[in-house]
Amino acid sequence: MSDTREILMKVEDLKTYFPVRKGVFKRTAGYVKALDGVDLEIYRGETLGIVGESGCGKTTLGKSVLRLHTPNGGKVHYAFPDGMRNILELKGSELDEARRRLQIVFQDPYSSLNPSFTIFGSFDDPLRKFGVKSKKDRQKIVEKLLSDVNLPGDYMTRYPNEFSGGQRQRIGIARALSVDPELIVCDEAVSALDVSIQAQVLKLLRRLQSERNLTYLFITHDLSVVEYVADRIAVMYLGKVVELADTEELFRRTLHPYTQALLSAIPIADITKRKKRIPLQGDVPSPVNPPSGCTFHPRCAFATEKCRELSPQLETFTFEGREHLVRCHYALDVTSRTQVSQ
Amino acid sequence: MDRLLTLENQGKLKTSTMNRSVRKLSANMLALVGLALFLLILTASIAAPLISSYEPNAIDLKHRLSPPGETHLLGTDQIGRDIFTRILYGGRISMFVGLGSAIGAALIGVSLGTYAGYTRGVLDSAVMKLSEIMMSFPQIILVSILVTIAGQSLWNLILIFILTGWPSMYRMTRSQMLSIREQEYIQALQAFGIGSFTISFKHMLPNAIGPIFVNITLSTAMFILQEAALSFLGLGVPLEQATWGNILNVAQDLNILRNAWWVWLPVGVVITLFVMSVNFIGDGLRDAADPTQVG
Amino acid sequence: MKQDTIVEVKDLCVNFYTNQRCNKALREVSFSIRKARTLCIVGESGCGKSVTANSIMQLLPDLGRIESGTITYHGEDETVHIEKLPRNGRKMRSLRGEHIAMIFQDPMTALNPVFSVGYQIEEMIREHLELSHSRSSELAVKLLKDMGVPLPEQRVREYPHQYSGGMRQRAMIAMAMACAPKVLIADEPTTALDVTIQAQIFELMLALKEEKQMAILLITHDMGVVAELADDVAVMYMGNIVESGTAEQVMSSPSHPYTRALLDSIPVLGRGKAQNLEPIRGTTPDPYNRPAGCQFEPRCDYATELCRRQMPTEESVNASDREEKPHMVRCFNYKELTHV
Repeated sequence: MSDTREILMKVEDLKTYFPVRKGVFKRTAGYVKALDGVDLEIYRGETLGIVGESGCGKTTLGKSVLRLHTPNGGKVHYAFPDGMRNILELKGSELDEARRRLQIVFQDPYSSLNPSFTIFGSFDDPLRKFGVKSKKDRQKIVEKLLSDVNLPGDYMTRYPNEFSGGQRQRIGIARALSVDPELIVCDEAVSALDVSIQAQVLKLLRRLQSERNLTYLFITHDLSVVEYVADRIAVMYLGKVVELADTEELFRRTLHPYTQALLSAIPIADITKRKKRIPLQGDVPSPVNPPSGCTFHPRCAFATEKCRELSPQLETFTFEGREHLVRCHYALDVTSRTQVSQ
Repeated sequence: MDRLLTLENQGKLKTSTMNRSVRKLSANMLALVGLALFLLILTASIAAPLISSYEPNAIDLKHRLSPPGETHLLGTDQIGRDIFTRILYGGRISMFVGLGSAIGAALIGVSLGTYAGYTRGVLDSAVMKLSEIMMSFPQIILVSILVTIAGQSLWNLILIFILTGWPSMYRMTRSQMLSIREQEYIQALQAFGIGSFTISFKHMLPNAIGPIFVNITLSTAMFILQEAALSFLGLGVPLEQATWGNILNVAQDLNILRNAWWVWLPVGVVITLFVMSVNFIGDGLRDAADPTQVG
Repeated sequence: MKQDTIVEVKDLCVNFYTNQRCNKALREVSFSIRKARTLCIVGESGCGKSVTANSIMQLLPDLGRIESGTITYHGEDETVHIEKLPRNGRKMRSLRGEHIAMIFQDPMTALNPVFSVGYQIEEMIREHLELSHSRSSELAVKLLKDMGVPLPEQRVREYPHQYSGGMRQRAMIAMAMACAPKVLIADEPTTALDVTIQAQIFELMLALKEEKQMAILLITHDMGVVAELADDVAVMYMGNIVESGTAEQVMSSPSHPYTRALLDSIPVLGRGKAQNLEPIRGTTPDPYNRPAGCQFEPRCDYATELCRRQMPTEESVNASDREEKPHMVRCFNYKELTHV
């Protein structure tokens, strides 16, 4: 299947470093390389899952793309009606237009709403900024948005502390939708919710996606959830993408050793599927001092001298017409691997 | 606990719908006592003309230094002015100085703290350094310098209090802002491209207002004490205007100190009671607003 | 009562008090922790699973109280009624750490940041075992090594902030294992850790269980963990155990509407996009305004009038099968489910 899909966003070699300040005079002692050269393409209408463990940079990616962090290098191209533009270079009203099209839903329902404002108050300023001049119009819009997320309109006069985690999360989604965006970054949007409520929010996100032709960048550490929502999945490790493929393909034909270890480490809620683990030794290394060569080599069961010295590139393979990207010197060396059993 | 259990079992208990802060405050005995005392002194000072028929500055040398009695409730001072009246009228000035300085310092400190605490960067570093310099300046020296240059006056005093008082309000507000800006609802506003002024003053400040309020009440009490100290030393409000501190000024005279206790003791007691009551209210407000306390 | 039951909890009721109200957090909770078996207590937030663990260790907050029921510890040569012991009395303190040990969710706050890790482990050792200074230091190093901490001689002198999350949890387990307890209570030990580190910690716990024939009480909200690790399961909802039995029984034939609904609402790895997730309708009730009868009734598709009025009794799903371990469900209408 050659890609006739439209590319909505193209991330090119994105780098975001955070300085580490030490000493009395706060000198910069080093950098946390949260994003160390990320390359990605997101197609319109799809859900791209971003998975990885702590320190891999997935949250930084979501925020950098929205300019909530300021990247140190690279480009983020976005498809505007008049062509692809690099979001990182936009200013003024063009930046505002980008902001309207890219929105975000956060993780913690207990800090995503201003406790001193009514629900309406949290929608007021964004709506006003993006052109809805009369208060009555704004109220009508908020009412419609709340009903889109299955909440009664009169909730807009209440305060956040009257709502449960799941309800707050839905309000956060409604807020992201208020300016009619095209792409929404879901930053661990269900991770802080009770397990049985997660299903509610996931189904809501799916419904909204098909109703409004939304594109999601779904960031999570939970592979069971991402398998349910994502069309394609990108696996990140220490600031880089190490594997990227269609969801089914990734689970069926896992090529990167890290992804394999990750998949085998996840407990499956199905008692008929107790599986063999591929144990991953050692701890996740610090992004301040990443290992040389391939950053995964200290923990990789298959590492060689080459892996210690040379950092692999992200290569594209094609299986049955579908693209599968891997960052490993030995990506196709399947004979020395144990596959994740179905 | 058993009592609660039986009541609960009988279905007699309901969760209170009253705002938790109000409920905690009204249950705090000390805070209520403080509030009562504070209101008493405040109303007495405001209603001074109704309570006392004397003029605070009316000199009556015939009856100088008379002890408390029927005509003069708390006696007279060394030039025959009625002490009780002076305390009542003096309260007005003292409280005005205290509250005015606290509010002035808050206006400057909170505004700077809100904006700088949110935007960080060069402005924040610069103001922090400035605040550190101002805080390390001994207030007495500043007062003496200003008095020498511009002379003694009520407004000069308030000015100095504001100049030395804004740094602590600034730092307190700033630390509140530093933690609030990490909240996700602030990041959501940034994702919409909302401006810094709107975010910091409209969205962040209301969440920090609790501790700021408490600080204003406690600062008021502190400034009143400082005014009293400075006036006692003769560096505060000019002696013609009655303030609590001015009345105390005469206690410098050993003779009066020993033989005419009614001139300085009642004022001292009133100052103590007033500052104590404000502190109780402030403590109560702080406890009521503290979400970590059980109940 | 089986020979290998180490801790037996029967009809435990625990209440929490505030200035104005009383919250009946645990109601008639019963289960057994057996030797060399892992019992998982699973439930969502607010169901009372942590309260249960804390009750066994008598670590409830001041405003919590065990109202009724029994917690019995069957030691090697003694039987202790834990619920009767004074909270910080000598007997209770000797039980804690030496016979029943506990590890917590957040390893960062569970270790004291101002003391070295070695010091904290040795403190535990000296409290219970009478060893000399040098012997307890040796033991501390050995424990860290056994728990998989690299370079233990060096690590033993370091402070918690110098450890990674996974290592801190290993240090906590080392502390817990110092006196070779009969029971290890683990309260969401890996929720704050990455998935690959979680796998390591679970492997460690399983190895310890086998080696020392230790019983494990594992508190979790993750059904995946239950499927992978549990020998026995107890499902909790709003202070009740609604279903219990072996992991095989509960996961393959869930008999309580809540268990069934919970399993239907979570995505399972390997089932892809086509799985049909059904969220449980409604929300958990306010603990101060609980339903009069069955706690799950307002959200239950099988609820009847009886369920609204009365708390269901414990029923056995496999009463007829005397060979099997008992599969308990607290529901009047569980028979309806087996037909689905």
